[in-house]
Amino acid sequence: MKLKYFAWVRQRAGTGSETVDVPPEVSTVAELVGWLRSRSPGLAEAFQDTTAIRCAVNQTYVEWDHPVAQNDEVAFFPPVTGG
Amino acid sequence: MSVRVQEAAFDVAVEMAETTGGDTSIGGVAMFVGLVRDLDPHADAKTVSALTLEHYPGMTERQLESIEAEALQRWPLAATRIVHRHGRMEPGEPIVLVICCSAHREAAFEACAFLMDWLKTKAPFWKVEDTDDGPRWVEARAADDAAADRWAKPEC
Repeated sequence: MKLKYFAWVRQRAGTGSETVDVPPEVSTVAELVGWLRSRSPGLAEAFQDTTAIRCAVNQTYVEWDHPVAQNDEVAFFPPVTGG
Repeated sequence: MSVRVQEAAFDVAVEMAETTGGDTSIGGVAMFVGLVRDLDPHADAKTVSALTLEHYPGMTERQLESIEAEALQRWPLAATRIVHRHGRMEPGEPIVLVICCSAHREAAFEACAFLMDWLKTKAPFWKVEDTDDGPRWVEARAADDAAADRWAKPEC
């Protein structure tokens, strides 16, 4: 699975993107976040308060119960502030 | 009907001429240009010396194109253009440009406001400001969500 992090999520995660092999029991965005938290202190800090984080699967905004699959591109970032 | 995400500055006059393209059925052009501000009245009034915009290449263009398509569906527009910059900018520099052309002004005004309101809440850009106290990520504003919500269709 291809993961992308932006803005302060990227800074806390310590990387802007990574490719990971996700365990088979991870089937939703929420489960993915739970698994990511256990991977490094930086990711644990990045995902401490998930109310401040938005998610996109394959470049489309999704909610936390959205399914994820091995070939997906999943991105995490704070609420957007462009314009 | 055009969306661009770029690092370089843009020239408003050139963009407008390209967008209207000599179409004489256009009776009105509404335009919004967002600039880098050096003092943020919503924060604790720290001076901003520079702004850096990060974005999600690929998703940004998709979101802007979908927002533009929505505007074209809702209003009778002859031409539209969205240009959004990323990278480092200094106060006074242009960040974003939205142009809406129509036969009459109402559609142009409304579509321009709609595009900016939706862009601010849906396009994946993030601003980090260089302030006297160091870099600071700009936080999303509830007022921007409220502005975008006013365009929600009743059936949504």
